[in-house]
Formats: sequence, C-alpha cells, structure tokens
Amino acid sequence: MEHLINIFVKAIFIENMVFAYFLGMCSYLAVSKTVKTSFGLGMAVVFVLGITVPANYLLENFVLQEGALTWLFGAEFAEVDLSFLSFIMFIAVIASMVQLVEMIVEKFSPTLYSSLGIFLPLIAVNCAILGGSLFMQERAYANIGEATVFGLGSGVGWLLAIVGIAAIREKIRYSNVPAPLRGLGITFIVTGLMGIAFMSFMGIQL
Amino acid sequence: MSNDKEPLFSAKNLKLITTPLGKHNPITIQVLGVCSALAVTAKLEPAIVLAISVVFVMLFANLTISLLRDTIPSRIRIIVQLVVIASLVILVDEILEAFAYDVSRQLSVFVGLIITNCIIMGRLEAFALANKPWPSILDGVGNAAGYGVILIIVGFVRELFGSGTLSLPGVGTFQVVPEQFYSMGYENNGFMILPPMALIVVGIIIWIQRSKDKSLIESN
Repeated sequence: MEHLINIFVKAIFIENMVFAYFLGMCSYLAVSKTVKTSFGLGMAVVFVLGITVPANYLLENFVLQEGALTWLFGAEFAEVDLSFLSFIMFIAVIASMVQLVEMIVEKFSPTLYSSLGIFLPLIAVNCAILGGSLFMQERAYANIGEATVFGLGSGVGWLLAIVGIAAIREKIRYSNVPAPLRGLGITFIVTGLMGIAFMSFMGIQL
Repeated sequence: MSNDKEPLFSAKNLKLITTPLGKHNPITIQVLGVCSALAVTAKLEPAIVLAISVVFVMLFANLTISLLRDTIPSRIRIIVQLVVIASLVILVDEILEAFAYDVSRQLSVFVGLIITNCIIMGRLEAFALANKPWPSILDGVGNAAGYGVILIIVGFVRELFGSGTLSLPGVGTFQVVPEQFYSMGYENNGFMILPPMALIVVGIIIWIQRSKDKSLIESN
C-alpha cells in the first residue's frame, strides 16, 4: 500500500508530466485560458489516463511482450516478440477510449462538451496519454495496480499543472505584459518558472 | 486546380515551405508539437536527430494521406491518420535502434511520441486531406522544418551554455568554450540543462520573433 502511494506522489510531483517531461503541452497551452474549461479537460485527461494505462498494461504483458503469448497458445510461442507493434496497439486503444469518453461527456454534460470543443477528440493526440503508456512500458511496473496508480497520478499531476497555469493566466490579464510577450510568450515563461518551483520536489527520495 | 501545369517549385509552392519557417512557425505561432520539442533539447545531437525523424515522418504521412484523401471516409479519418503515422514512426524507431543506438536511448519515449505530435495530425487534417500530393509534401517538409529549426536553436543554446560543448550526429562532441575561459573562472550554467530552461528559451525566441514582426502580437 505504501508502495502505491509512493508511485502516486512521485507521478504527481516529482515526475510531473508537464514540468518534467513537457507532455501534453499543446492542449496545456491552448485550453488554459479559464480555470473552468481547463479543469474539465484535466478531469478528462485523468479519466482517460486512468483507463488507458492499465488497458495498455494488460495488452503489453499478455500479448505484445516476448513470450507473452505462451499463456494462450502454448510453449511454441515463447519466442514470439510483438513489442515492435506496441505504438500502433497503444494508440488504437487510446483512440477508441477517447471516442468513448467523448460520447459519455456529450451525453451527460453538454455544456462541458461544447466548452471543450475540438480539444476532446484531440485528447487522442495528447502526448500525455500516449506518454503515460510508453513510460509504463519503459519502467516495467510489476502489476496492474501499480500501472493504474501511475496512470491516475500522472493525470492528477497534469490536472494540477493546467489548473495552476489557468489561474495564473486569469490574473495576468490585469498586468502590463510587454506586447511581444503577450499570450503565448508569457505562458511559456510562467510555465518555466512553475517548472523551477516543481523542481524543488526532485530531492525527495521515495 | 491547374497544378499540373505549374512548375514544381512555383512561387506558390515555395511559399508552402517558407511560411512555416517564419510567419506560421508550428511551435512559436501555431503552438503545435511543443510537447516533444522541449524535452530532447538539452543537447544538440538528439535535437537534430528528432528534427530529421519528424521531417521524414511528416513527408511520407502527408504524401500517403494526400493520395488516400478521396477514399478515406471522414468518420474514421483520425484512426486512419494515426495508423499511417504510427507505422512510419515504428520504421523510424527501428532504424534508429539499429544505426544510432545511443541517440535512440537518449530520445527514449520521445520517438514514440512523434505519433502524437500535434503538428503532424494538424497538418494532415488541415492540409493533406484537401490537397494534391506534391503541395502536401511541400507543406509537410515546410512545417517539419519550421519545427526542426526551433528545436535546433533551442538545443544549440542549451548545450552551448549548459555544457560548453556542441554535439553533432555522426561526428561527435566538440568542446566549444575554450579551456582558458574555465581557468579564468567561467562556469557552465548547469541550469540550462534542466527542463524548465527549455520553456524559457522558447519564450525568449517568441519574444524576439514578435518584437521583429508586430503583426504577430496577440491582443491579450
């Protein structure tokens, strides 16, 4: 249990998707104008990451890895290694999950659906989602519980980052930013400063 | 369109390549593909390798989608696009692992993340689905090059000030800052190698670009 909490905290603060790996920057920069929409998108990302990382974990361990097919077809498949297919399989799982989330959001919260607009389908190409699955593959988590916790933690970290920047951007509107820096430029620099703040978590050993 | 009669590099076609380098730069203006752009730029070498990979993937993805544009049903176009991009990225990944193993380790998941690089999807959606193959190729190369230029500038600045060296793929790493500087008390700015500086360097590039071209300034 303690182990799982460690993975969760690590994924949120120390290995934050946005500040440590710059994943999901496109929607992070484009949708962070108001806190409300960014919170909606952040929740969608938490949800999708929480589903796709364990789904891809199962796929990786029972289909794609070297020798993973033995449980299904017997020992002669011990040398079959399908891991080169992992990109395509992961992205297919993600794209279909996003479609599902889109349908659910459209049904239950039309206001959120219309305010998220184009960015909901774009979650499919949000690097944070595929990045979560690829990091899960690279770090080889021991069981599906760890993978799920890692997925949820990365999502929460991303949510934290986008809500934080949206709150700052709402306030920045009242400040006198140099004209060429307005909009995108200052967002980059503020994100950099937030990243420096998040770096102070790096020393924590879990 | 009378594109067939036009020379291959007519002014209109050349424009497809040149505008993404400056006025419509994918990273600094269109805000596409920022994700992978920042994480691999601590050194110049991986930045160049990633830039070349993106040019390759984008060229062939745009070409393929443009050739298939009349046969793809629009409801499933996203999946089709992702499959095309993912197959190309698998190719790039296998080639890198075979011929440039060290760089491929340094890039780690970021080769795979070319799939979700928003420039590629964005250009497929916005351009290749509606245009003939040749302009699509040019558009792809132009946008990927605009992306690569920013990547290389950021990589150059960060490696020069962060480590005092410059590394080129296939050639090796050069010490650029002379030894005398260090004996006189010059020190590498270790901060440049850390992730947040990439964002700040890009912020400064945006600043410089927009002060030169006032029409790009945003209202808020």
